[in-house]
Amino acid sequence: MTSWLLLATADAVSGVASGAPEGGLFDLDATLPLMAVQVVLLTFILNALFFRPVGRAVEDREGFVSTSRAEAKRQLAQAQRLEADLTEQLKEARLEAQKLIVEAEQESDKLYREALALAQAEANAVREKARREIEAEKDQAMAALKGESGRLGALIVDRLLATQ
Amino acid sequence: MVPLPFALPFAELEVGQQFYWHLANFNVHGQVFLSSWVVIGALLALVVVGTRKMEREPRGVQNLLEFLWSYIRDLAREQIGEKAYRDWLPFIGTLFLFIFVCNWGGALIPWKLIELPNGELGAPTADINTTVALALLVSLAYFYAGLSRKGLRYFEYYVDPTPIMLPFKIIEDFTKPLSLSFRLFGNILADELVVAVLAFLVPLVVPLPAMFLGLFTSAIQALIFATLAANYIGEAVHEEHH
Repeated sequence: MTSWLLLATADAVSGVASGAPEGGLFDLDATLPLMAVQVVLLTFILNALFFRPVGRAVEDREGFVSTSRAEAKRQLAQAQRLEADLTEQLKEARLEAQKLIVEAEQESDKLYREALALAQAEANAVREKARREIEAEKDQAMAALKGESGRLGALIVDRLLATQ
Repeated sequence: MVPLPFALPFAELEVGQQFYWHLANFNVHGQVFLSSWVVIGALLALVVVGTRKMEREPRGVQNLLEFLWSYIRDLAREQIGEKAYRDWLPFIGTLFLFIFVCNWGGALIPWKLIELPNGELGAPTADINTTVALALLVSLAYFYAGLSRKGLRYFEYYVDPTPIMLPFKIIEDFTKPLSLSFRLFGNILADELVVAVLAFLVPLVVPLPAMFLGLFTSAIQALIFATLAANYIGEAVHEEHH
């Protein structure tokens, strides 16, 4: 680019020498460095006013979104873990309840059978006793009847003998 | 350009006419600075309005600025690389935004309504001084980037695959700013000239397609300039993995 710079200075020098520069399409002069300085200044101004704040806003949002996503993922995982945990507990509780019901049924069945057996035994005993009492009374009554009939028989015999 | 034989009152062609200011023995092109101040003012106004109240949920202009920011970030990151792009994001972004507002400002603002004693207002990038200044800044930027990041090892780049490349790489250092500046200058000037000539010949409707094409070209040129600048910087800071 040195040739262009030389051309620019030559241009400027000739312009100054002749007093009124004649212009032209490729008229390089002090506009070039001033424009460069202006663009550098604009870079710093835009960096302060635009690139830094907007970049911070965008990156803050990206950070916020990604942390929110991570947080949501974490919470979802936790909820799923809790759900699995609770499902497991529920299953266990159901099994437990099933077991308890079966046990209770068996228990009540057993109690019922025991009570039934007891009641039957008692009933048998009572019946046995009653039977024995009846038997005894029957024997007694038979003995009494036997005695009475013997006495009556003897009486009848006596009477018959007496009449003859 | 020579005055054309029949002159309409609302369209004239002036090429190479400059509005000179004299600052301490130096001449500067006043029209370039005037129009660049207008477009820089518009750019800064947009930026100030958009960043006045930054919110997590962006509203209004903040949306536009964030879109621009992430667009420029993606551009810089893609060209420069993940490690170094942060340092150069403001420079690349300023180049892109400045060239973009200059090009579009030149096409959209009715400069012709403002009379200057000599020369005419237009896109600042249609002046060779502006584009050469930008291109030289890019050159300085990539030299600085390479030297500050790698020290004197930066010059290994010149003999990178083989020392035969040395002259070509040295020539490249001159052709890079040359092509950057002339591409931008030529495109924008040609666009202005096409529109001006068409408007001069047929004042109504006919220049419109050329104007739309000009807007498209302007945006593309801003993108090309910024992308190439980022690419050169990326080339300079690129670390070889042996």
